Amino acid sequence: MKLSRVVITGIGLTAPNGNTLAEFRNNLLNGVAGIERIDVRYMGLLLAGVCHYDPLKYQKKKEVRVGTRAGSISIYCAREALADSGVALDTLAKDRTGIYIGCTEHGNVETENEIYNVSKFNYDTKYWSHYHNPRTVANNPAGETSLNLGITGPAYTIGAACAAGNLGLIHAAQMLRLGEVDFAICGGISESIHTFGIFAGFKSQNALATHEDPKKASRPFDKARNGIVISEGGCLYTLERLEDAQARRAKIYGEISGYCVNSDASDYVLPNPVRQAECVRKSIANAGLTPQDIHIVNTHATATPLGDIQECQALGSVFANCPDTHINNTKSFIGHAMGAAGALELAGNLPSFADLMVHPTINVDDLDPQCALPGLVLNRPVQAKRVDAILNNSFGMLGINSTLIVKRFVP
Amino acid sequence: MTKDQVKQVVLDIIADIAPDEDLSHLKSDVRLRDQLQLDSMDFLDIVMELRKRHGIEVPESDYLQLASLDSSAEYLTPKFNAKS
Repeated sequence: MKLSRVVITGIGLTAPNGNTLAEFRNNLLNGVAGIERIDVRYMGLLLAGVCHYDPLKYQKKKEVRVGTRAGSISIYCAREALADSGVALDTLAKDRTGIYIGCTEHGNVETENEIYNVSKFNYDTKYWSHYHNPRTVANNPAGETSLNLGITGPAYTIGAACAAGNLGLIHAAQMLRLGEVDFAICGGISESIHTFGIFAGFKSQNALATHEDPKKASRPFDKARNGIVISEGGCLYTLERLEDAQARRAKIYGEISGYCVNSDASDYVLPNPVRQAECVRKSIANAGLTPQDIHIVNTHATATPLGDIQECQALGSVFANCPDTHINNTKSFIGHAMGAAGALELAGNLPSFADLMVHPTINVDDLDPQCALPGLVLNRPVQAKRVDAILNNSFGMLGINSTLIVKRFVP
Repeated sequence: MTKDQVKQVVLDIIADIAPDEDLSHLKSDVRLRDQLQLDSMDFLDIVMELRKRHGIEVPESDYLQLASLDSSAEYLTPKFNAKS
């Protein structure tokens, strides 16, 4: 069966260090991180990546009040992506447009807020908000986006832990190839910094980063790494079948080339390097490529002591003889944006097709020998000889792995 | 409390739940829904905020009493005064 080629035609994002692709990319090439301290309910000041986009750019004040942060981030990213794609909303076939948004979790923030609210009223549930259910349904971020844009095609979220950003793109490509929709808005988002539960959970797991300098706290591959910096963020793309994009002479960022999603089936939280390597290999095979054809590998590494080593083991086994493969990490700049991570991290690398620059992994003062992969780009960007394919890893709890490959668009 | 004071209480709540609306020209004898973009969830907000901020209960059978500022003041003023 010959599958349609699917291309990326628009990008909208908000990250802790940028609210447009240009700003984000510029900061990645210039070593500018975006981590700060925030006051987390019950826990006090903690490190986090916070987005500083203007919600009122695309929402009314009432929409912001009634909706969720995840919905607001989704709307911002969707509107930015659509504008970037050059497709006017009033000409979009809204019933043939799909919205597929990956998220790590949804509903924790809103449920915690309501419990906190009723705690002020002696836990009397008659003070519980009538907005609780529309705010916490799992499709909330996609549903709010469909409401804001008036899109009437399928709109739902994809729950895939921290692999979710890649899953949004992969699912959208599949739906386009199946002919279910003609235009897709897809990627991943996260509002996780607004739930204390995520912070408390990682802290109880001894996996929460600490550092006196917030901007140095997220340090994958460094010997002194001590855990995750939790971030919010979002990145949504517009995807189209190649023939449709070409018919309207769209700008094309790259082509969805291959992917794989698999499961460890081995532990609730511990990663499995064998399954990760399998995921990477299968994605390369799915793309019809070899490891030597991959010129940038964006790692999932979250700066946990064990997780980074295991991903490096997986990558080392696949990219053993690949002198032109560069390996980097975006979490060192923005922390772990959870459901948005995969989508944001891919976006940060896509401009490399045009400028051949590879952004580095920052905050590596003392490289852990167990993470010393050949091709690791440390602290400063490098100029690549060529960038024809980017491989993007995103892994999540309960052992879900996703690898997505985007290649330079060649007609 | 006077009826005007109760109207102001309701207006303060509406200002919070409908922050995009201009309330300066609101006519107190005309239905709120005819002048503002308010839906059924917003009316539940008014009921909830009366409960939270002022301890005033409005049973579902009386929701129609909140149709306009005048009818709200007429209905709510005795409730406020019964509290004090």
